[in-house]
Amino acid sequence: MGFVWFWIVAVMIAAYVVLDGFDLGVGILSPFLARSEDDRRMLMRSIGPVWDGNEVWLLAGGGTLYFAFPLLYASSFSGFYLPLMIVLWLLIGRGASIELRMHIDDHVWRSFFDGLFFVASALLAIFFGAALANVIRGVPLGPDQYFFLPLWTNWRVGAQPGILDWYTVIGGVVALVALATHGALWLALKAPGELENRARRAAGGLWIVLLLVTFISLPATIAVRPSVLDNYRAHPALFAIPLLVVAMLIGMLSFTKQQRPLAAFLSSCLYLVFMLVGAAAGLYPTLLPSSGDPARDITVANALTGPHSLHVGLVWWTIGLILALGYFITSYRLFRGKVSAEAGYGH
Amino acid sequence: MEALLLDRIQFAFTITYHYLFPQLTMGLALLMVIMKLIALRTGSDRWNQAARFWAKIFAINFLLGVVTGIPMEFQFGTNWSEFARRTGGVIGQPLAMEGVFAFFLESTFLGLFLFGEKRLSKLQHFGAAFMVFLGSWTSGFFIIVTDAWMQHPVAQRLLPNGTYEVASFWRFMLNPWAWLQYAHNMCGAVVTASFVVAATGAFYLLEKSHEEFGRLFLKIGVIAGLISSIVQIFPTGDLHGRYVAKYQPAAIAGMEGLFRTQTGAPVVLIGQPDESAQRIDNPLAVNDVLSFLIYGTKSAEVKGLNEFPRDQWPAPLPLLYYSYHIMAGLGTWFLVLMLAAGLLLWRGKLCSARWILWPILLSFPLPYVANTAGWMTAEIGRQPWLVYGLIRTAQGYSIHVSAGNTLFTLLGFLGMYAVLSILWIVLVYRFIRTGPLAAQPEQAAETLTTA
Ligand code: HDD
Ligand code: HEM
Ligand code: HEM
Repeated sequence: MGFVWFWIVAVMIAAYVVLDGFDLGVGILSPFLARSEDDRRMLMRSIGPVWDGNEVWLLAGGGTLYFAFPLLYASSFSGFYLPLMIVLWLLIGRGASIELRMHIDDHVWRSFFDGLFFVASALLAIFFGAALANVIRGVPLGPDQYFFLPLWTNWRVGAQPGILDWYTVIGGVVALVALATHGALWLALKAPGELENRARRAAGGLWIVLLLVTFISLPATIAVRPSVLDNYRAHPALFAIPLLVVAMLIGMLSFTKQQRPLAAFLSSCLYLVFMLVGAAAGLYPTLLPSSGDPARDITVANALTGPHSLHVGLVWWTIGLILALGYFITSYRLFRGKVSAEAGYGH
Repeated sequence: MEALLLDRIQFAFTITYHYLFPQLTMGLALLMVIMKLIALRTGSDRWNQAARFWAKIFAINFLLGVVTGIPMEFQFGTNWSEFARRTGGVIGQPLAMEGVFAFFLESTFLGLFLFGEKRLSKLQHFGAAFMVFLGSWTSGFFIIVTDAWMQHPVAQRLLPNGTYEVASFWRFMLNPWAWLQYAHNMCGAVVTASFVVAATGAFYLLEKSHEEFGRLFLKIGVIAGLISSIVQIFPTGDLHGRYVAKYQPAAIAGMEGLFRTQTGAPVVLIGQPDESAQRIDNPLAVNDVLSFLIYGTKSAEVKGLNEFPRDQWPAPLPLLYYSYHIMAGLGTWFLVLMLAAGLLLWRGKLCSARWILWPILLSFPLPYVANTAGWMTAEIGRQPWLVYGLIRTAQGYSIHVSAGNTLFTLLGFLGMYAVLSILWIVLVYRFIRTGPLAAQPEQAAETLTTA
């Protein structure tokens, strides 16, 4: 049961990163790609009907984590108190900027929300990356398996780490670049004309940076937490995952060159998925490692809730997810195709 | 201790603020379905136009509900980590189900409803409106199940590691407290939406602009407002009260300001509780009524606060007492106002009776006050328990988060929400001023990008 729920939560988090990832990517790129009010409107329209549904994956994933692994939810959410609150504020700012900018036709009003959209999206990407890096690096869990992390200490990966140190900053940069690329490939798919070309060029440029930071992050991870390799050594088949990451990187570039935007975008989705799966495979069965005594690790075994909850959970989760997939397919089909500058969606 | 207080204030503030939006959207979702249904049945374009107009207001409120709802979901872990750890196996369940069953539904179909009017057939578009309604009411249900378990825990089992899990899923979902609370609470949401719709109608008539829509809004608002105001008091409020009296006797004593056990206990209509002297100052009370309301006979004995040890009194007591009295007092006013308006509507005189249009217009904030006061009653009445009889509030907060950090985030929320309030007022006022005719189907897609 623990194995199943570990992967259920991992899949939901991955779904969130892939789906809301392109919304964030569009936000990160917005000041660089949009040159006119029409461009900006098209950017917004490319994510308008879907961003909120995408964000629900974060809530549903968080809720699932809460009920399957209450200890993990309690410990990590209170331990990462400040950054999480900042994430919440950024999510508020991002949501407001997407929805409110169009309501008043005034250039100061719109510029304000455009700026907010960019800043909130970029910081969210950085925070999410740094959060994942914190989980991999480990946190100073106390005897009661709680902890509290300040935002930063001495930027070193030592006994008294902060949320931000050199390693988690790398995590943040990887996320920023990866989601920006992801957003560029989404726009190459959805935007028409000149905007599409610009998005494609941006994706090409970002790709080189992404390649670089991906290759920096892998050895850095192994240096910070050598035990991530334990599972890989025990099951060498897992080494396929990093290979797939590389394959997807290649796919992103070559499909873009071949003018196959859908395939390029899907490669980027899978790149994100395999990066996350690779990290999860290295961690399992640990959920949150302790940076000190490994006996304090929060693991699947000590965080899992009771058997009845998990059984009924499996039933409703399956039903709910089938329904949710149905809605997603309906909505993405209805809003498929390129967006246009005119009101509504062009066919 | 100080951290605990700040955690309580932060939770109370953020949830009170969040609930300002869902109470309108849940009620409005129902009214929009009715408007679309009338449009479908009569083929009237006017009702379609009306639904489109309210969809714009809905979208703004929905957005604010979404962005203020997300912090709620996370605060169980950030500020109430011990509570989250011990009860996650129980209440994590409905919270996750809310995401999986309700929010996906609502967010997808709201997109179709707002963008799809031209692409969908009339019937499909009505279907999208209905799904939005279903999603928001399902969302309310799961949240109430969560809260009802904290008010009246059922069907849980203690695990060896000191945490709880659900022992019977169905007994948990069928918690009778939850169904009563749900009925009363959703009805309260309909009260809010009907008052807002009716007040907008009254505004248009008083202003003599968009008058034909003014009449439509007034009509649907008054009819829905009358029905919901009645159901709010009887049977839902009445039954809810009896339930509280049965399972949370200290809470009802605090709500009524009953310091000493009495037979033939009175209902205090107005009076100021004096906690140190343990009496009500300047009471305006009616004897025997409380006993009658709870037990159906005038002579029944009602337990006063003196029966309970001081550390089991709900606190802060005056806030509990006033919240309850404000809710019940406003409930009475809603009934009176809507009965009068309903009578005039029946006689066909409502739209020209300025003397009643004014109170209808001015009453639109009051359901917000009543709903908030109702929740204050429920949540303060539950004190000092976080989960009634199982976990004390003081055992539930995050001990490793310092008071300084909580103060910082509380101030942050205050600031953000102040800005959101200003944006909300500006936008909603602009929509109401420009009026329903400005809401074209393409324009809905032009201005509203929610999905
Ligand atoms: C428009 C809003 C509104 C109005 C007019 C009323 N209520 Fe209410 N009431 C609520 C909105 C509400 C609420 C916000 O929906 C509450 C809070 C928790 C809940 O489930 O419903 C609530 C709770 C609530 C409780 C439970 C308190 C607890 O759990 O400790 C009782 C006993 C009543 N109500 C009784 C009444 C009575 C007798 C009313 C008639 C005069 C009344 N309410 C009017
Ligand atoms: C919108 C309606 C609600 C309002 C206005 C409201 C109001 C409040 C208030 C005033 C408090 C502080 C009580 C005190 O410390 O004296 C509180 C606490 C709390 N409420 Fe609610 N509440 C609402 C709904 C809910 C729901 C639906 C849940 C559960 C899902 C919930 C869970 C809690 C928790 C966990 C606390 C903190 C612990 C405590 O102080 O008891 N509330 N709420
Ligand atoms: C502790 C209590 C609460 C939590 C954790 C919570 C959580 C949330 C979250 C996360 C959202 C955003 C959903 C989205 O992205 O679509 C939301 C919105 C919503 N919440 Fe709450 N909520 C709470 C209290 C309430 C209460 C008391 C109600 C009503 C009974 C309610 C009803 C809704 C509804 C209908 C929405 C949809 C958005 C809207 O229509 O405004 N919530 N809530």
